[in-house]
Amino acid sequence: MADAPFNEGRPRVGLFVTCLVDMMRPSIGFAAVKLLEDAGCTVEVPEAQTCCGQPAYNSGDRADTRALAEQTIKAFRGFDYVVAPSGSCAATLKEHYPTLFEGDAAMKAAAEDLAERTWELTSFLTDVRGMTAVESAFAGKVTYHDSCSGLRELGVKAQPRRLLESIPGVELTEMTEHEVCCGFGGTFCVKYPDISNKIVTAKTDFILASGADTLLAGDLGCLMNMAGKLQRRGASIQVRHVAEVLAGITDQPAIGEPADKLPPRRV
Amino acid sequence: MTTAKQQILASLRRSLRRAEPSAETRAELEQRLAAPQAHLIPQRAQLPHAGQLDLMEAMLQELKATVVRLPDEGEVPQAIADYLKNENLPPKLRLAPRDDLRRLPWDRAPLLEVEEGIAEADDATSLTGCFAGIAETGTLMMASGPEAPITLNFLPENHIVVLRASQVTGSYEDAWQRLRAALGNGTMPRAVNMITGPSRTGDIEQTILLGAHGPRRLHVLLVDDRPGAPSQD
Amino acid sequence: MQSTSHAFKDNARAALANQTLQKAMRHVKTGFIDKRAKARAKLPEFDDLRDVARDIKNHTLANLDFYLERYEEKVIASGGQVHWAPTAEDAVKAVLDICKRVDARVVTKGKSMISEEIALNQAMEQAGLDVVETDLGEYIIQLRKEPPSHIIAPAVHLTKDQVEADFRHHHRELPPERSLSEPVQLVAEARQMLRRRFLEADVGITGANFLVAETGTSIIVTNEGNGDLTQTLPRVHIVVASLEKVVPNLEDVSTILRVLARSATGQEFSSYTTFSTGPRRAEDPDGPEEYHVILLDNGRSNMLGGEFQDMLRCIRCGACMNHCPVYHAVGGHAYGWVYPGPMGAVLTPNLIGVDEAGHLPNASTFCGRCESVCPMRIPLPKMMRHWREREFERHLTPATVRAGLGLWAFFARRPKLYHFATGLQARLLGRVGRAAGRFDALPFARGWTKHRDFPAPEGKTFQQLWAERRKAEGRR
Repeated sequence: MADAPFNEGRPRVGLFVTCLVDMMRPSIGFAAVKLLEDAGCTVEVPEAQTCCGQPAYNSGDRADTRALAEQTIKAFRGFDYVVAPSGSCAATLKEHYPTLFEGDAAMKAAAEDLAERTWELTSFLTDVRGMTAVESAFAGKVTYHDSCSGLRELGVKAQPRRLLESIPGVELTEMTEHEVCCGFGGTFCVKYPDISNKIVTAKTDFILASGADTLLAGDLGCLMNMAGKLQRRGASIQVRHVAEVLAGITDQPAIGEPADKLPPRRV
Repeated sequence: MTTAKQQILASLRRSLRRAEPSAETRAELEQRLAAPQAHLIPQRAQLPHAGQLDLMEAMLQELKATVVRLPDEGEVPQAIADYLKNENLPPKLRLAPRDDLRRLPWDRAPLLEVEEGIAEADDATSLTGCFAGIAETGTLMMASGPEAPITLNFLPENHIVVLRASQVTGSYEDAWQRLRAALGNGTMPRAVNMITGPSRTGDIEQTILLGAHGPRRLHVLLVDDRPGAPSQD
Repeated sequence: MQSTSHAFKDNARAALANQTLQKAMRHVKTGFIDKRAKARAKLPEFDDLRDVARDIKNHTLANLDFYLERYEEKVIASGGQVHWAPTAEDAVKAVLDICKRVDARVVTKGKSMISEEIALNQAMEQAGLDVVETDLGEYIIQLRKEPPSHIIAPAVHLTKDQVEADFRHHHRELPPERSLSEPVQLVAEARQMLRRRFLEADVGITGANFLVAETGTSIIVTNEGNGDLTQTLPRVHIVVASLEKVVPNLEDVSTILRVLARSATGQEFSSYTTFSTGPRRAEDPDGPEEYHVILLDNGRSNMLGGEFQDMLRCIRCGACMNHCPVYHAVGGHAYGWVYPGPMGAVLTPNLIGVDEAGHLPNASTFCGRCESVCPMRIPLPKMMRHWREREFERHLTPATVRAGLGLWAFFARRPKLYHFATGLQARLLGRVGRAAGRFDALPFARGWTKHRDFPAPEGKTFQQLWAERRKAEGRR
């Protein structure tokens, strides 16, 4: 069992899966569930959730963003906490939803209520549940990329590192410029692909120079971007979401790896 | 016919969604201009005076200015002669036309050629006083006037400044208060130069180099004129 | 200055391929970023001072009409003249009229982004004036007939080899066999060439970092001393400044000055911070005989009271672009007009329209680093998003993007339909991609797969798997 959390009782957590995790890599969702249960929570997954609305929001489509916000607010009513394995999605709910409803006092209040209950996963585990260690058999040399929204909007920085460092088999090595953008930026990477490529090339140079055998981060968009570039460059470093390593759920191939290429088994 | 000024003010007020400021607001705003209040002053600017002197010296050195502390002003001419000799500079000075520089014992450095006035094109070295030294960042505050031609601060390649300990203060705000006390509230000399180190540029590949257009060398003679300082003669 | 912002993508492509530019841009990261961090570490009050600076500017903007009128009164009381210029053309005309009246031939200039904005040099040259930029970086790009690529380091896009070539080409009267490969030699040569020009100028034009209402004072912040020689030696000094440069009193400006140089170059204070009030007085031994201030609106009053008001707090330090991954990648010229980087992305559409400059606020990952270093706490990504909203409302967003988003939103707003469709997609792509684990080409994602592989989905959605798991656990 993980360290006893400092809150009494078993909080009811609604998992905000995120559209990318849902579609591309459910293992992250399952890893998040395990961690939340280890932290003494019960976890439910409302079906009426789809996307936080970031793509619409950052493209200037406030109407669709508001519609998705309303949908999300409604779907997550009643939970003690709402937790997302993504800094950018959590930040959208926490920092941006309330700004969508100026002039609509009821919705604004509902948005603020959701915002108060919303957390990024690693920060929830440490800052709210008081976890200082996780149980995981993962072993390897890892490096951690600080995704921008989590870092700058939510202050997520020390929390994933604290939990990673609690795993005996993990050696954490920091890459140069670990706080610098990977070049994903949502639609940016497909709207301005050449500029995005320049940024992710610099990022992958630093990842490779770190000597780590696994790259971790807290946002699947960033991870897919960096994994895609690393693999195009022929690098063999593996890429996973930090939740997978923290939960010790690494029996599925790393991001972008073929089905038969599993990580070396460790005991 | 609306003047340009009226046009702009009207546009501002339209955007601010109000007419002219009310009499009450005006009174408040006038107060901010008539009796300015300091905001947050860094700790480092609030040292006791002896600490300010040390900080002034340390800051100047960090800026690649040079500093010599002198126990009294009588030593200034010789200190200047030594400096020019060490730097391989001609023993010639363009002096700011101030009494406290004129009355220095120049006969103690007889080889120095000293002339007063504004800077001439081929003057290599100027000597000026200053209005205040601001320890916070090693800044020299110069106030223009008949005794302080501005060109002396900029044209020559080498600028020597006599800074008295009593002129050193901690923060920019202290210096403004002194200036107001000297000239009256809301009044400025034509130019106040806050000089923080020699002239520099980083415009070529970010390499910092001194002496872009203003002086390459800034040399400060910090004269101890505090009461109770070692005797003056 | 003529804008090429509409061609941002082409500009960016050229910039990415320009090896010399890429080499020069490497200095931006190590130079500016490290120095700012060190300066901040040396002043414990730095972040609190940023909050105070923001509040001072907000107060000023809320009362900008009052402070501008009081500023003007003080300038006039000290013997100066104020010219109000609603548009760029008004400002240019005011400057040309002054130059004509005093029979000017040679005009020296301190660095002024406002003068770039109103295309002042071009107008003066067309009027037959000999215009000399005296800031070293501006002097270099004037020789090259290029615009600045950074708001405080105009020649940051150039290598020293390029500067050497330019000097050799333009300074014909100097001995060709002279050594000129080191920056110190280049600086010495510029000093020598420009000294004569300072002394022969009839009119000196500078910008103003701040205008102080309490005393009717204009402030310039430089390191070279060129601004001071520009404004002190000639008979006439003209200040061109935009409305929002006003600050109430000397204490207010001292607070803002504490965060300016530290944010810009990592210096505690710039070498020369000069406060000018009116022309020379009867008892002054030197100084200009005439002192003029051109107060330029050119879109600022429209920004007040609206979504972009916070942008008026900008003190032109350049920290945002120094920390921006997009600016690092493409440099300043790609942005196509006067103001590059994040502040340019917000300001430019305000000044020349979002039709022309729409790419700029779109070419951002919203990483937020700009906002995190802005000394005036300007929420730059938020305002870039506002521009995207304006474009969306006006249907300026490209049709394909709009259609794609519309399709996405259609499904996302209908969870049951969404889960069905995503289930299908995950299965399809998962099945096709499982063996290799990734795609190196995807027809509908060419922007992505041009440069990187696309990881294959696991094959089922989380919602599907979660439903299966719950069923298996018999909880239904």
